[in-house]
Amino acid sequence: MSMLRRLFQPTLLVSAMASVFAASAQATELTVYTAVESDDLQKYAERFNAAHPEITINWVRDSTGVITARLLAEKENPQADVIWGLAATSLLVLEEEGLLARYAPQGVENLDPKFVDAAYRNGEDPAWVGMDAWVAAICYNTIEGERQGVPMPTSWEDLTQPEFEGHVIMPNPNSSGTGYLDVASWLQLWGEDQGWDYMDRLHNNISRYTHSGSAPCSLAATGEAVVGVSFAFRGARLKSQGAPIEVVFPEEGLGWDMEAAAIVAGTDQQEAAQTLMDWVVSQEANELYNEGYAVVAYPGVAQPIENYPADITERMIDADFSWAAVNRERVLAEWQRRYDSKTEE
Amino acid sequence: MRALAWIPPMSRLSPEALIRLLVLLAGVALLVVGLLFPLFAMLVKSVQDRSGDFIGIANFVQYFQTPALVNSIANSIRVALTTTVIVVGLAFLCAYGITRTCMPGKRLFRMLAILPILAPSLLPAISLVYLFGNQGFLRDVLMGETIYGPIGIVLGMSFWIFPHALMLLITALTHSDARLYEVADALGTPKWRTFLTITLPGVRYGLISCLFVVFTLAITDFGVPKIIGGQFSVLATDVYRQVVGQQNFQMGAVVSVILLLPAVISFMVDRWIQRRQVAQLSARAVPWQPTPSPLRDGLFALLCYGVAGVILLVIGTAMYASLVQFWPYNLTLTLQHYTFQGLGGGGWGAWFNSLKLAFSVALIGTLVIFFNAWLIEKSEGYRPLRQGLHLMAMLPMAVPGMVLGLAYIFFFNQAGNPFNWLYGTMAILVLNTLVHFYTVCHLTSVTALKQLDPEFEAVGASLKVPFWTTFRRVTLPVSLPAVLDISVYLFVNAMTTVSAVVFLYNSDTRLASVAVLHLDEAGYFASAAAMAVLIFLTSLVVKLLHAALTHVLLNNAQRWRQAG
Repeated sequence: MSMLRRLFQPTLLVSAMASVFAASAQATELTVYTAVESDDLQKYAERFNAAHPEITINWVRDSTGVITARLLAEKENPQADVIWGLAATSLLVLEEEGLLARYAPQGVENLDPKFVDAAYRNGEDPAWVGMDAWVAAICYNTIEGERQGVPMPTSWEDLTQPEFEGHVIMPNPNSSGTGYLDVASWLQLWGEDQGWDYMDRLHNNISRYTHSGSAPCSLAATGEAVVGVSFAFRGARLKSQGAPIEVVFPEEGLGWDMEAAAIVAGTDQQEAAQTLMDWVVSQEANELYNEGYAVVAYPGVAQPIENYPADITERMIDADFSWAAVNRERVLAEWQRRYDSKTEE
Repeated sequence: MRALAWIPPMSRLSPEALIRLLVLLAGVALLVVGLLFPLFAMLVKSVQDRSGDFIGIANFVQYFQTPALVNSIANSIRVALTTTVIVVGLAFLCAYGITRTCMPGKRLFRMLAILPILAPSLLPAISLVYLFGNQGFLRDVLMGETIYGPIGIVLGMSFWIFPHALMLLITALTHSDARLYEVADALGTPKWRTFLTITLPGVRYGLISCLFVVFTLAITDFGVPKIIGGQFSVLATDVYRQVVGQQNFQMGAVVSVILLLPAVISFMVDRWIQRRQVAQLSARAVPWQPTPSPLRDGLFALLCYGVAGVILLVIGTAMYASLVQFWPYNLTLTLQHYTFQGLGGGGWGAWFNSLKLAFSVALIGTLVIFFNAWLIEKSEGYRPLRQGLHLMAMLPMAVPGMVLGLAYIFFFNQAGNPFNWLYGTMAILVLNTLVHFYTVCHLTSVTALKQLDPEFEAVGASLKVPFWTTFRRVTLPVSLPAVLDISVYLFVNAMTTVSAVVFLYNSDTRLASVAVLHLDEAGYFASAAAMAVLIFLTSLVVKLLHAALTHVLLNNAQRWRQAG
C-alpha cells in the first residue's frame, strides 16, 4: 500500500503543478495528431517547448491506421491543427482529400529533397515535410532460433527456405501500414511478377499475419515467434530493453516510409501551427529524430545509432510513395485474394 | 404507511400523464441522439462510394463477391456459438448453485466469478499467451494446437463474457415463489420434473435473453480476436481491417450492417417470448429457501470453485506478467512497470480520467437506464413510444464499439450539428459509454421489473399516488440489488472499454484502457499488464464497496425478501 502511495503521490503533484502552470501561462494550444511511438512524445514536446514555451502541444496519439481513420472521419470539421509524425503514405491520402494546408516552413530548403513533398520541387509550397525514415527490418530471436534450429536470416529470400517454415510472422497489409510497406517495397524492388512470386513462397512459411505492425517484433522478442517481419525502430528499442533479438536488415534492400508533418487545412491556429512547422524542419528537431531513427531528413545530422548498420541509407530502396498510394487498393485486393481467403483453418 | 395516508387532494390524471409523456420522450430523445442518428450517419456510408455518392447495393455485391470477407460470417457464427454454449451452460449451473442450493461460500464465489468483468479484455489475452503461447507454462495442454486462432478467441471471450451471463441468470433465478415448490413437494413430484416444469419456465425469459446477450457479445467482440485471433478473421476484426487498415469506411459500414443482424433477430425473438412471460413474483409470493442436500451442494461447490480456480489462474498470470522484468528471459520480479515512466500513454493521469468517466457513467447511466426500463415495463399508454424505446435499448449491444465510435465522429463532428460542442469532451465519452453498455443494464432492469407484480402500480394508481412516488417508494427499493448491479456494471465497463472510445478521446481525456492497448502495441507487455491490473484493482475496490453496500441495504430495505 505504501509502495503504491509513493508511486502515486509525486505523479499527482507533478500533474497538478503542470496544470497550474499551464493555466497561468495562457499559452496558445495546438492539437497535434501523431503516430510517433508513445515512448517519445513527452520528449518531443519538451524539446519544442524549450524553444517555444508559449505554445502548448496537446497530443492525440494512436497507431497510424487509427489516426489516419480519425483524420478522414473528421474531414467535415477537422479537430487537429497539426499532424506531426504520421506516415507519408497516409499524408498522401489526406492531401488527396484536401485535408492539408500547404506551407513552406522556414528552412525547408535545407532538407534532403526526397524528404519533402514533390510539389515543392515544382515551385509549389509543400503539403507536408518529412522527418525521418522508418525502415523495414526483421527481428530474429537468437535464443529460440538456436533452440528450434532456425538460422539467422540475412536476406528476404532466406525467409522462404524450408527451415523457416511456420516460424515467420508478418503484419497483415490489410490491417497494418507496416504490412503494406513490406508488400509495396517487395513489389517495387523486384517488379510485380517476381514480387508476387516471392510472397507466394513466403506465404507457405508464415505462421500467421498480425493486425499490428510492431506485433511481429514484439512477439519475436518474447519468443512467441522466431522471426518477425517488422520495422527497425521497434526492434532496436526492444533490443535495448533486453530482448534477445537481432535486428536484421535484409541484403536485397530495405523498404521504408517516412514520418512527416503537415498543417491541417482550416486550423484557427495558423500562426502557432507555422511556428511548430518551422521547428519541425530545424536541425535541432532532426537531432531529436536521430535519437530514435538512423536516417533523418536534415542532411549531415544523422549520427550512427545503436542497433542500426552504418550504411543504412545506401540500403534503403528507391521508394516511390505515390506509386504505393495510387496502387494501394489494387495491391491489397490482390493480396487478399491470394492469401487471405486461405486463412480459414 | 405514510404513502397510503398521503393522498394529494388535487391529484388529477392529466398533469401526471403529461409528465410521464415528457419523461418518456426524453428517454427516446437520448437514444435517438446517442444511438440512432450516429448509426444512421455511419450506415448511410454502406450505400455510398468513397466520394459520398449514392450507389445502391454495389458495396454489398462487392462484399459477397469477396471470399475473404464472406468467410468471416461463418467463422464468427462458429466462434460465437461455441462461446455461447460454454458460457451459458457454465453460468446457468453456477447461478443455480448460488440461488438454489446450500453450497458453502456462495458470497465468496460470487465475488470470484465476477472478477473477469473487472479487467480489460486485453488482460485475458495477455494471460492466455503466457499460459498457452509458444513459451507458455501450459502449452502442452493444447496438444500442438495453437492458441492464436479460434481456440484462443473462444477461451478469451468465454472468460470475459461469463460474468455477464452469470449476472443475468442470477437475477432470473433469484425470484421464485416457494408456494409452487411446496405444492410440487406435497404432490410428490420428482425433482427433475419440478426443475422442468417450475424452475425452467420461471427463468425462461432470463435464460433466452442471456443466450442472445452472450451470442451477440461474442459475435461483436473485437478486443480478444484482435490480440489473440491470429489470422482467423471474424466480422469484428474485418470492420477494423476495413476502417483502420484501409480507411475504407464504406466496406466497414457494410460489415457493420451484417453484424447488426443478430440484434434484429434477437429483438424479434425477445418480443415473441415476452408476450408469453407471466409475472412470477406476485404480491403474495413467498421467497423460496433452499434446504441443505450434501451431495447436490457438494457437486455445485466443486463446479463453482473449479470455475473460480480458472478465473484466478488467468488473473494471477496477468499480475505475474506485470511484475516480471522481461518475460520469458529475465524473470526477476520488479515493481518498475507500475511507474509508467517515459512510456507516454498518459500513465496515472489516464487512470484518473478513466475514474472520472466511470463514476459519471455509473451515476447517470443507472438512473437513466433503470427509469427508462421502468417506464417501458410499468406504465400504460404510449405503446408505440415504449416499444420504440425498448427496440432502441436492445440495439446497442449489437453495435460493435468501433462502429459506435466512428458513428459518433460522423454524426457529432458534422459541421452544423447542434451537438457539435460535445465533440472532444468528457461528456461525449460518457454518452458513448452509456449507450454502448445500455442493453445489458436494460435487460437486467427488465428482468427484475418483470418479476414484480403489476398490482404494485395498479394499487398505486388506484390510490392516486403519482407514478414517481410509486417508483421511488416501491419499485426502486424492491429492485435495489438489480439497480446496484447495473451501476457497478457500468462503472467497470467504463473502466475497461476500448474499442469505441479510441476514436473519441482527446489529449485531456486519455483513458487507462486505451493506454493498455498502446502499451501492448508498442511491445511493453509488462507495462500493459500493469495498467490492466491497475484497472482491475480499481474496479475490484468499487466492486467490494458495492458488495458491502448491497449487504447493508439487503439487511434493511430487503428484509421481506429473506422472510421465513
